[in-house]
Amino acid sequence: MTVLSGKDLPRDGEQLQGPALDARLARTWGDAPGLWGWITTTDHKRIGIRYIVTGMVFLVLAGLSALWMRLQLATPENSMMTPDRYNQLFTMHGTTMMFLFAVPIMEAMAIYLVPLMIGTRNISFPRLNAFSYWMYLAGGVMIWVAFVLNIGPDAGWFSYTPLSGPQFSPGKRVDIWAQMITFTEVAALAVAVELVATILKQRAPGMTLARMPLFVWGALVTAFMVIFSMPSVALASSLLIADRLIGTHFYNAAEHGDPLLWQHLFWFFGHPEVYIIFLPATGFVSHITEAFSRRPVFAYPAMVLSLVTTGLLAFGVWVHHMFATGLPRLGYSFYTAATLAVSIPAAIQIFCWIATMWDGRPRFRVPLLYVVAFIVTFVIGGLSGVMQASVPIDLQVHDTYFVVAHFHYVLVGGAVFPLLGAFTYWFPKFTGRMMDDRLGKIAFWMIFIGFQVAFFPMHFLGLMGMPRRVYTYPTNMGWDELNLLATIGSFVVAAAFLVFIVNAIFSLARGAVAGANPWDAPGLEWATSSPPPQYNFPHIPVVSSRTPLWDNRNHLPVMTGLRVDDRELLLTSVMEAIPDVRDPSAMPSAWPLWAAMATTCLFISSIFTPWAVVIGAFPVAAALIGWFWPKSPPGPEPVIE
Amino acid sequence: MRRRLLLPIPLFVLVSGCAGIQSVSDDAGRESGLIWSLFVLFGIVTAIFYVAVIAFLIAAYWRRGGSNQDGLPDEGGVTRERSLRTAFFLWTGAVIGSLSLLALASYFTDRGLASVNPENKPMVGIDLVANQWWWDVRYHYDDPSQNIRTANEIHLPAGVPAMISLKSNDVIHSFWVPNLAGKQDLIPGRINDIVLMPRRIGHYRAQCAEYCGLQHAHMALDVIVESPADFQRWEAAQRQPAPAPATPLAQAGYAYVTSRECSTCHNIAGTNANGTVAPDLTHVAGRRTIAAGTLPMNRAGLYAWIADPQGAKPGNNMPTVGLNADELHAVAAYLETLK
Amino acid sequence: MTLPVRFAGDLAELPTSAFGHRSLTWWGIVAFFLIEGTTFALAIGTYFYLMGGEQTWPPAPFSPPNPIAGTIFTVLLLLSEIPNTLAKRAAERKDLRALRKYLLIVCAMCAVMVIPRAFEFASLNVSWKDNAYGSVIWTLLFLHVTNFLTDFADSLVLAGLLFTKHSVESRRFVDAAENAMYWRFVWLCWLPIYVLIYWLPRWVS
Ligand code: HEA
Ligand code: HEA
Ligand code: HEC
Ligand code: CUA
Ligand SMILES: [Cu+2]
Repeated sequence: MTVLSGKDLPRDGEQLQGPALDARLARTWGDAPGLWGWITTTDHKRIGIRYIVTGMVFLVLAGLSALWMRLQLATPENSMMTPDRYNQLFTMHGTTMMFLFAVPIMEAMAIYLVPLMIGTRNISFPRLNAFSYWMYLAGGVMIWVAFVLNIGPDAGWFSYTPLSGPQFSPGKRVDIWAQMITFTEVAALAVAVELVATILKQRAPGMTLARMPLFVWGALVTAFMVIFSMPSVALASSLLIADRLIGTHFYNAAEHGDPLLWQHLFWFFGHPEVYIIFLPATGFVSHITEAFSRRPVFAYPAMVLSLVTTGLLAFGVWVHHMFATGLPRLGYSFYTAATLAVSIPAAIQIFCWIATMWDGRPRFRVPLLYVVAFIVTFVIGGLSGVMQASVPIDLQVHDTYFVVAHFHYVLVGGAVFPLLGAFTYWFPKFTGRMMDDRLGKIAFWMIFIGFQVAFFPMHFLGLMGMPRRVYTYPTNMGWDELNLLATIGSFVVAAAFLVFIVNAIFSLARGAVAGANPWDAPGLEWATSSPPPQYNFPHIPVVSSRTPLWDNRNHLPVMTGLRVDDRELLLTSVMEAIPDVRDPSAMPSAWPLWAAMATTCLFISSIFTPWAVVIGAFPVAAALIGWFWPKSPPGPEPVIE
Repeated sequence: MRRRLLLPIPLFVLVSGCAGIQSVSDDAGRESGLIWSLFVLFGIVTAIFYVAVIAFLIAAYWRRGGSNQDGLPDEGGVTRERSLRTAFFLWTGAVIGSLSLLALASYFTDRGLASVNPENKPMVGIDLVANQWWWDVRYHYDDPSQNIRTANEIHLPAGVPAMISLKSNDVIHSFWVPNLAGKQDLIPGRINDIVLMPRRIGHYRAQCAEYCGLQHAHMALDVIVESPADFQRWEAAQRQPAPAPATPLAQAGYAYVTSRECSTCHNIAGTNANGTVAPDLTHVAGRRTIAAGTLPMNRAGLYAWIADPQGAKPGNNMPTVGLNADELHAVAAYLETLK
Repeated sequence: MTLPVRFAGDLAELPTSAFGHRSLTWWGIVAFFLIEGTTFALAIGTYFYLMGGEQTWPPAPFSPPNPIAGTIFTVLLLLSEIPNTLAKRAAERKDLRALRKYLLIVCAMCAVMVIPRAFEFASLNVSWKDNAYGSVIWTLLFLHVTNFLTDFADSLVLAGLLFTKHSVESRRFVDAAENAMYWRFVWLCWLPIYVLIYWLPRWVS
């Protein structure tokens, strides 16, 4: 057997740099041209963009369902739609927003940004990444097709049993909902695994854990939260499907089951989920605040600690969604205390962001405006959350519009605003062009004001007794004007989104061309050109601080020696990021798509017969074997050292 | 932005000023009063923190143009960092302190709620059974022959605690009279209970607060708090069987209701109608609304309901029976006599 | 790169594969352990939750499962750890012939284990349709069967791969070591489930 020394293979270095290196790497890391390349790609950036765009489409769909709901609620005793339509709408709205927009888009941003921020060439397990996208797409398409066919789920985004059980929800609606959960589950877990491995093993030399960008910390904590929480909803929904299809009795009180089991399993996932949405958003906020305040984030260790404690505490509070179910009162007090404790890290983070601005020289460009909107809005939502954490108060406001107001303040204020800021901020990196500032500001003010008009009144609606999930309400309750106001506000928000999207499309074609680092930001993702080449970095950067580009204004230290004739990554040690292993990275492949198709067939047909699980396992197994079976002949690298 | 800071406090006043018949900001019950005080405390503490956050934000905006070198980690900033660091610890301490205060306040309110009936007064006993989408109400007494059954309405004597045990026949519902107390779920396979301690005479509205399917929106319950004397009169009236129809029209209605479809589902005490799966109609005309708050209890409401129950409350479990005009007049006339 | 660069080191001499936590696959597998482990833990939690709501366990009139098939399976499963450990060591020594041999022995044992496994379902004395108790023990068993079959299939494919030209890549040994680690996870998960299915109902009833 030939044993080649590493020296004999083509590598980057003194001899190979500049345009020659770029050309060589582009050949190795490039995709096939055209559609085939699009299908088979394993590039985290292409998949990330695809994920982001799909997530935005789901945002628009879910947003339009919200508008439709708001139209129905604009006036009392409105007969514009049937209760059945309304129930499908809020279920689709909540389900899509949570499972198909918020969680995936945060992961999508991480798929795109994390490898760039930590200075590596691709995400780990890139084929799993491709597979994850196809699964996500299939799940989303399935549920929306069902909705269009008027068999959309109608049991709410948390589908409480027994309402969602076989007896009270006959038909396929809830099965479709539960199976959509399985799809997004698989997709989210796959991404979480990739992110954990990427973040722990692929950081640029010198990027110790203590130098990791805060978004990467957020992504890491989130990935672990996904790993520990998603199995819970996966189990819950599988048991639900089993109850519905093969006659098990998990949630059937008449046969020794218990409907509350569902609530425990669901919220054991559902509560961490809201932080899965929120923590990456705090990452955006930290990066934007830092770049525009011209100062490193204040109290970085406190920020990291906040992320980690939030992640841990998030698993101890799920019962605060179940205060009205009549569980033992003393136990409830514990959950109140735990829930209040989650506010402490949030309070610390809020302080640190403002301190960063206070101590820096903030420039209020559009991304930073979104940060300000985030603080102003999210804190209101957080404080109403604190109120709900109190058992007595929650017994009054639970399941009213007060809660609806709370979670839109935290979700829109705490996740969507930072996300829009992040789009504006990283848009030049994604596309190579800047977003238009004037349109950006218009959209910003419209969405900010529209949002407050739409959702602030809901606090009062809740206190005035309006329950959530009602398709209509009587006229003499004093709710009419506030509801109309909310509807008006939501249309302003929709118009703002329209402006934002128009701005994005317009800027994509005509925006000012951006250089590598248009904002003079400190992170590694700004060290490479905009948009980045397929291989991200020609040489692997070396890091010696948390703000590498501010500390290396004249030249960037790099390491050389990765192969350029094959896709190769650098693995480094977990804590200190010391270079350790050169690892191959997967070539483009269509197998992830085939595997996703086989899995989709299995999942969808299992809604109709349980045998699909048995029979469908074979094509899935075949696709997986095809996927993992080595395609190229053994390479020239040392075989047995 | 700044204007909104001051909003919460006047808003509490505003909201509590106009407490409607289904409002959290009322103290018609001992529990709701305790909770609303707690809410106001939370409101004030959180408002203070909100003001602090916004003030800091505005300060940061004004101060922009600090002496930091642009984009560089700031060396000379160490001293300033120190004052920030002090502020940081103060802030964290204040947050932890206030949260502990709020947690304690919440805990003691909760204890207070748990002892709604400190003097151990005798209580009114009610079984409330939820169905998709109406409430089945039974008052029970030591002497079972005194028991009362009604639907979609409860009467409570002021100043007397009422122990309500909550059950469900189908899915999860939630019993919520905001003016009197917080909510409590009705869960199949379990029995929850809630003790109400009404203090002020009045008419309040309860509404099912857990999404329970198609007509969750139309699942209300009238709550009438009255003087103990009035309550006893009401009890006595409820124990009477249905009055015999007096007019020919009512008699025709009586004949129809007790011999046709209606009787298989509905109960009218003292007649052949003895169904159990639908609201008890013995004294339906004495109630304020029909079909769980969907329509007012009057002639128009009855006509609308009986002629087309699926029109006002689509999907509910009462079928459209298809009476002709004569039958409709008769049935409505008869039901109107069931005071 | 848009900034001028300064060469600060060379990576050419680094190895191209490594065992344990130095390899990316290891992290992937560990993450999957966490996922599956959490699923098992929650399923076990479900079992205790349902048990907590009962007077007797199993609920009357059902009798506890017959432990014979399950015990035979458990013994075989634990015995299979011997060739599994040998296979793992062979992989770490990069001894291809030994690895092939022990991996085949593990596969053969799996094939035998399928038989008692099949009888396990018949020995539960309850159907998943009878009540929630039946549902949960069937689910626990089903989850573990899936786990078992997945790794069985995985081992078969790996063994097959070791008889092709791809067996010369050093990465295969890492795969084999990782597979052996996975097998340990399979039996570790089984032990609590075995107790919950077969023994706890006897002890408490
Ligand atoms: C991004 C999503 C997100 C976030 C971040 C949060 C954050 C919080 N949430 Fe929220 N929540 C949801 C999304 C979210 N929530 C959703 C979707 C639901 C409803 C699901 C449904 O029913 O459909 C829900 C429901 C919900 C409930 C159940 C309500 C009910 O159904 O009855 C509760 C109860 O405790 C709660 C509490 C909290 C608390 C205490 C926080 C805290 O983390 C907030 C912490 C932040 C702050 C407190 C602000 C900053 C701090 C300061 C300025 C310091 C000063 C403060 C004090 C001293 C008080 N939330
Ligand atoms: C991330 C999560 C998220 C987001 C962003 C939103 C955004 C919005 N939500 Fe929310 N909502 C939830 C998560 C979210 N929601 C959840 C989980 C529930 C609970 C569901 C349940 O009970 O099961 C809920 C429930 C809920 C209700 C309560 C329904 C009920 O209980 O009966 C309402 C009512 O007003 C509402 C309204 C809105 C509105 C108006 C927006 C707006 O902000 C949306 C704005 C966006 C758009 C409008 C899209 C952009 C559109 C275009 C670019 C096209 C422009 C087109 C035109 C102008 C025609 N939502
Ligand atoms: C199949 C059963 C069924 C039949 C037959 C039926 N009902 Fe009903 N009825 C119901 C149910 C169920 C409700 C409660 C509906 C709801 O509020 O969701 C109801 C409600 C009512 C109410 C309102 C009661 C209240 O307290 O709010 C009246 C009045 C009524 N029915 C009259 C009639 C009459 C008159 C007939 C015959 C012509 C009839 N019902 C036949 C099932 C039935
Ligand atoms: Cu009953 Cu909602
Ligand atoms: Cu929560």
